[in-house]
Amino acid sequence: MKHDATLEESILRRRPAFIPYLMAGDPDLETTQTLIEALAAQSAAAIELGVPYGDPLADGPTIAAAGQRALANGVALRDVLVLTKRVSANIPIVLFTYFNPVFRYGIEAFARDAAQAGAAGVIVPDLTLEEIEPLREQLAEHDLAMPLLVAPSTPAERAARIAERSSGFVYLVSRLGVTGANKAPNVEPLRTQIAQLRATTQLPLAAGFGISTRAHVEAVAPLVDAVIVGSALIDAYAGTLGEEAKSRVERATRAMGLSSRA
Amino acid sequence: MKPDARGYFGDFGGRFVPEVLAYALDELERAMTRAFDDPGFWEGYRALLASYAGRPSPLYRARRFEVGAVPMLVKREDLNHTGSHKINNTLGQALLARRMGKKRLIAETGAGQHGVATATVGARFGFPVDVYMGARDVERQAPNVALMKLLGATVHSVTSGTQTLKDATNEAFRVWAAEVEETFYVIGSVVGAHPYPYMVREFQRVIGDEARAQCLAQHGRLPSDVIACVGGGSNAIGIFTAFLEDEGVRLWGVEAAGAGLKSGHTAASLGAGSIGVLHGSRSYVLQTPEGQVIETHSISAGLDYPGVGPEHAYLKERGRVEYVNVRDDEALEAFYGFARAEGIIPALESAHALAFARRLSRDRSDNDLILVNLSGRGDKDIAHALSLQA
Repeated sequence: MKHDATLEESILRRRPAFIPYLMAGDPDLETTQTLIEALAAQSAAAIELGVPYGDPLADGPTIAAAGQRALANGVALRDVLVLTKRVSANIPIVLFTYFNPVFRYGIEAFARDAAQAGAAGVIVPDLTLEEIEPLREQLAEHDLAMPLLVAPSTPAERAARIAERSSGFVYLVSRLGVTGANKAPNVEPLRTQIAQLRATTQLPLAAGFGISTRAHVEAVAPLVDAVIVGSALIDAYAGTLGEEAKSRVERATRAMGLSSRA
Repeated sequence: MKPDARGYFGDFGGRFVPEVLAYALDELERAMTRAFDDPGFWEGYRALLASYAGRPSPLYRARRFEVGAVPMLVKREDLNHTGSHKINNTLGQALLARRMGKKRLIAETGAGQHGVATATVGARFGFPVDVYMGARDVERQAPNVALMKLLGATVHSVTSGTQTLKDATNEAFRVWAAEVEETFYVIGSVVGAHPYPYMVREFQRVIGDEARAQCLAQHGRLPSDVIACVGGGSNAIGIFTAFLEDEGVRLWGVEAAGAGLKSGHTAASLGAGSIGVLHGSRSYVLQTPEGQVIETHSISAGLDYPGVGPEHAYLKERGRVEYVNVRDDEALEAFYGFARAEGIIPALESAHALAFARRLSRDRSDNDLILVNLSGRGDKDIAHALSLQA
């Protein structure tokens, strides 16, 4: 199966779209590839592909532990780029990486190699608006999207500036805190923020952080263009490999009402 | 100097945090700027330093520890309330938290010194305090855990990652992100995202301001050399800042070499690290070529940290401060040597500075004047030191 859409088109075609998050190399790179292919077949709009990092400030225990497992397997950024190259023809791949591995790799080399691997975009959760510019320029040069995050604590004026600099989509953090299934989205403030953003940007809006049940999906999906689910999927397949992991992920997406969006 | 508008000292510093914290840092920066411009804020701070922390701390000549005839002065931060320089900073941040109407304090701690200093001001100002501490440190530093609990703080044992200060700091950032509106994060060193490195420096610079004046008053001249240990680097920035413009004064930051700079068991971020981003700012980091932060080692829990404050990275690049390092065994020797020569038990952190002071003394004459920051007392280290000597 081939995709030929940009990240933005892929989301808008499936509205409300589903964007799963997977940690590359947890439990191994082959399983991650199997899962990406299964989720593409379920018509996920894109994959957020996590690059393992030992000090993930924006992540809760599930994704932090998944990153540790991948690191224990020796998975580094260059391995994630190799994996990206294998799967990026099937589905848009958005790399989700902390800044330090990118900084050490070299911003220019990273943008070039991510583009060569066929990635559709890059999310860097620890770059604030004030720090994005050098990377954003390089990514733009290679036609890579850079979705930026808006948090519940982001004032409206700042959220508008973030949306203006964002590309691919705007990533709405659905509640305060870090990623993880232990704390539900906070829908009412999100609704207000979405209304304000719709007035200032044409980009798709995707919500993530804490979306882990069918009820969360049903509450949030009608408000946005895409829902992002990470920890709940990882919790579902952690510790399993290959086909077993695949069937657990498929079960989890069905239970959350996400595969019906196929 | 002040950092630039984006929080950079030269190429180092900045604000590398999740967006959820960006507003909190803006809010903190605004409140800090207003407080720093308000003479009333500093009056209240200085009054507490005097009546509560016991400042000014004395300047003492350690004659029996000196090498040859080279005079060695020590700044007695060990005599502060809670036993180290940490109280200078926690008092300042607690005053700021109160001005901002925050309801609770959180802190990270490694050895427990900053945790105790935060628990102390929490008690003094009536804030609930949650301290995050790596599970391994909770085990290694049991007396400080007991002290924090006695003072009413809740100590959370952090079991992620390497279970030490680095992970405790990650956890404190995560907790802050979840409860950012009511929570004030009291960072314990000149690290973290802007404005922390600058703010913490301004609360610690009292060390050097006092020491410089004491030196002139008691010895009629400036020191030839100023020495301080560097982990995150707050006691060092605290004593260096007053001397930065004194061109004739050489400044020495002493990192923990651990088992040796090239042993793979070290905590010398400036000596053995490379430029990277950790805990919100760009500085030197002990890391792999792929940018994964590596586990550090030092005999001293307070120096056992893979990063260093961005202003130190800047001072290193500028060449204004010379960064050197001292191994575990050298620090331990100075720990015992100072205790037996002077009747003062230094913290293992401070023992690194003392060890380098003796090394430097061999190249100095009696016309020189060496000033060492004795950043804390060593009661907390007694069991650890005895176990290593056996």
